[in-house]
Amino acid sequence: MPKIDTADGPVWKRRQTPKQLMIWFGWLIAVAIAAYAWHLISEKTVWFFVWDAPRQMLDISTRMVPPAWSYMDVLWKPVWDTINIATIGSMIAMAIAIPVAFAAAHNTTPHRLVRAGALFIIVSTRSINSLVWALLLVVVVGPGVLAGTLAIGIRSIGGCAKLLYEGIEEINQTQVEAIEATGASPAQKMIYGVLPQVLPTFAGVGVFRWDVNVRGSTILGIVGAGGIGVQLNASINTLAWTQVSMILLVILGAVILSEWISAKVRHAII
Amino acid sequence: MLRLENVTKRYKTGDVALKNVSLEIPEGQVIALIGPSGAGKSTLIRCVNRLVEPTEGTIWLGDTELTALSPGDLRKARRRMGMIFQEYALVERLTVMENVLSGRLGYVGFWQAWFRKFPKKDVREAYRLLDRVGLMHMADKRADELSGGQRQRVGICRALIQDPDLLLVDEPTASLDPKTSRQIMRLINELCKERGLAAIINIHDVHLAQMYSQRIVGLKAGELVFDGPPDGLVPEVLTEIYGEEDWEATIEDVDEDEEEASK
Amino acid sequence: MSPPTSPYPNSWKKPHFIKNPLLRWGLILGTAIYVALALGTMEVNWIRVWEGLPRGQRLLAAFFPPNFSDTRGVIIDGILESIWMAIIATIGGIVLSVPVGLGAARNLSPRWVYLFCRFIVASSRTFPEIIVAIFAVKFFGFGPFAGFIALSIGTVGFFAKLLAEDIEAMNKTQAEAVRSTGSSWFQWINYAIQPQVMPRMIGLSLYRLDINFRESAVVGIVGAGGIGAHLITSISRYEYDTTAAILLVIIAIVISLEYTSGYLRKWVQ
Repeated sequence: MPKIDTADGPVWKRRQTPKQLMIWFGWLIAVAIAAYAWHLISEKTVWFFVWDAPRQMLDISTRMVPPAWSYMDVLWKPVWDTINIATIGSMIAMAIAIPVAFAAAHNTTPHRLVRAGALFIIVSTRSINSLVWALLLVVVVGPGVLAGTLAIGIRSIGGCAKLLYEGIEEINQTQVEAIEATGASPAQKMIYGVLPQVLPTFAGVGVFRWDVNVRGSTILGIVGAGGIGVQLNASINTLAWTQVSMILLVILGAVILSEWISAKVRHAII
Repeated sequence: MLRLENVTKRYKTGDVALKNVSLEIPEGQVIALIGPSGAGKSTLIRCVNRLVEPTEGTIWLGDTELTALSPGDLRKARRRMGMIFQEYALVERLTVMENVLSGRLGYVGFWQAWFRKFPKKDVREAYRLLDRVGLMHMADKRADELSGGQRQRVGICRALIQDPDLLLVDEPTASLDPKTSRQIMRLINELCKERGLAAIINIHDVHLAQMYSQRIVGLKAGELVFDGPPDGLVPEVLTEIYGEEDWEATIEDVDEDEEEASK
Repeated sequence: MSPPTSPYPNSWKKPHFIKNPLLRWGLILGTAIYVALALGTMEVNWIRVWEGLPRGQRLLAAFFPPNFSDTRGVIIDGILESIWMAIIATIGGIVLSVPVGLGAARNLSPRWVYLFCRFIVASSRTFPEIIVAIFAVKFFGFGPFAGFIALSIGTVGFFAKLLAEDIEAMNKTQAEAVRSTGSSWFQWINYAIQPQVMPRMIGLSLYRLDINFRESAVVGIVGAGGIGAHLITSISRYEYDTTAAILLVIIAIVISLEYTSGYLRKWVQ
């Protein structure tokens, strides 16, 4: 009890002493970890370069202006590809993620083993960054947009399914109970009790993921998996800084646009 | 018509919600189940349609032993028991009409349910019920656009469209204001009379219980401690159920309210 | 049931989600055309795909069993570097995020602070960590420091934004109740805002640690330290068994991180 009786009468404390101690201890550990991590990182750092960074920044920034506006002619196709990688990738991902999510949610899974399998799919696909998936897929299907789309798609299965199944687990169970009480079959219970509650979440997750994926697909070109990253990588390697700044502007535009669309759509749904 | 024999419910946590409850309800009788929070009222009605599985005991609905049914047969039996919930439990993102029609899910197949293709007579009945509770014009509204009292009316329609023999009513007025509470209770009562339905109504409010039921059953800590007519609820009985309190004021008003309600 | 002459309609149609039929069909058609175009313009070299399949098979086969022994020391070094990078970037990023997040909440801050903080959030969210990492490497040199910088920037964008949104979405009555007691701004934050957003924020910081670790595993691809460098080397040298080993270690760490964070989140709430 947080009320402690003392000689001067009862004293109210927010937490019991042991719990307070635990919290302090937690903070101590956090600080120790931070200090140790910092020590390790700084050991591997060439501080000369770090101190030189402001000069570098200034230098490169001046070389970046003005952006090579004319380079845009080359960029239209990569931009289109980038958006497509994100969109088609997200579609593939959602198509697979929805059944996986139902299998993974406590309240809708048909069986414990199915749930374990679904969780395995979720964890293994989302533990690996889309860039790594792209690296692997470039080896398999060759460089290009297909590798990128598949990479985004595979990575997003886990990313979507996780959010989806959490959404499914958060639904109001009484509403489902009410449908069950009418004598509905399990499948009917799903479409009347569960689905209406989670559809907005599903749409939100899909759009959110698409937004994330637009950003993600801009970099896949670094490992050759298509999209505008190919041009970014090439321009940086050839020190064509005015082209780099142009590409960054385009990426900025794409990201802002996708965020705007996703916000609009989510607003319309909810 | 409904018979509970020695029903006991023990939750996994070890809490005993119902202890050896036996109860018989004849056709067309409306009974109020009263008792303090945690007395097992909710568990009792959920045991009847097996949203909660009783640990021991048997429950009969007519000639059907509910406690022995397979999942498929249980679904069929559930069609005969309409349930009305405390927080309405409408599927908020569905329209009023879909919520009402969901009461027919036990009678239609999956694809009919999916495409919302319910038989004509179901749709007609849904409109009729909505009209009966004064919500005909709300059919296309989403359930979450409705007020509490309106939602509960939709909940009532959903239960009635099942064409049940028995209503299980769980705290129908707990989230409603006093006036709406009375209207809802009166509505449930009228509908039961119209259709000759039996009903078990869990209710907090002793007052409303007395006004709108033919028989009162008191539960305390999972045990049946009172079973009698509404006017049998003398202060001693209430003390037995709820504990010591000045009960005179609660009981005295009854007649007055009855008059007011009938206006 | 009602007689056939019932005054009630026989059928009912669910109102469409998008009421305007023109808009509805326009959207459906537009989506279909877009998808067709997107798929149509996707250049796929099917011969290359066909040729690649055996390689895919070899890659898959390398997982059974993976080769941990040959390059164990290198893998452990790289992984540890990634982990520490993720931790310090999470901590640094969150520390920076709190003031930015408070500032970026519309209901807390004056307009100019709000706009300024939103600008910080937007600019640090815009570019993927990898692009930031490329530049961090250019500026700060190769190694984990560049990765630390890139991940910290990403963390600020993520965390401050969610913190701000959470504050904006909080329960107003609670906030008003505390305000009405005559509390100061800091007391108000401490009593009304913090309890409401804290559990979720702790959850999110653990979640961000997750993300940061995953990112720290790849920033090495552009030279910003961590295991990523070894990963890309192993692939380019066709040492798929080493690739498999690295991936499995990454997955194992991500899973254990996730379990720990799930457990901690429960403990916190």
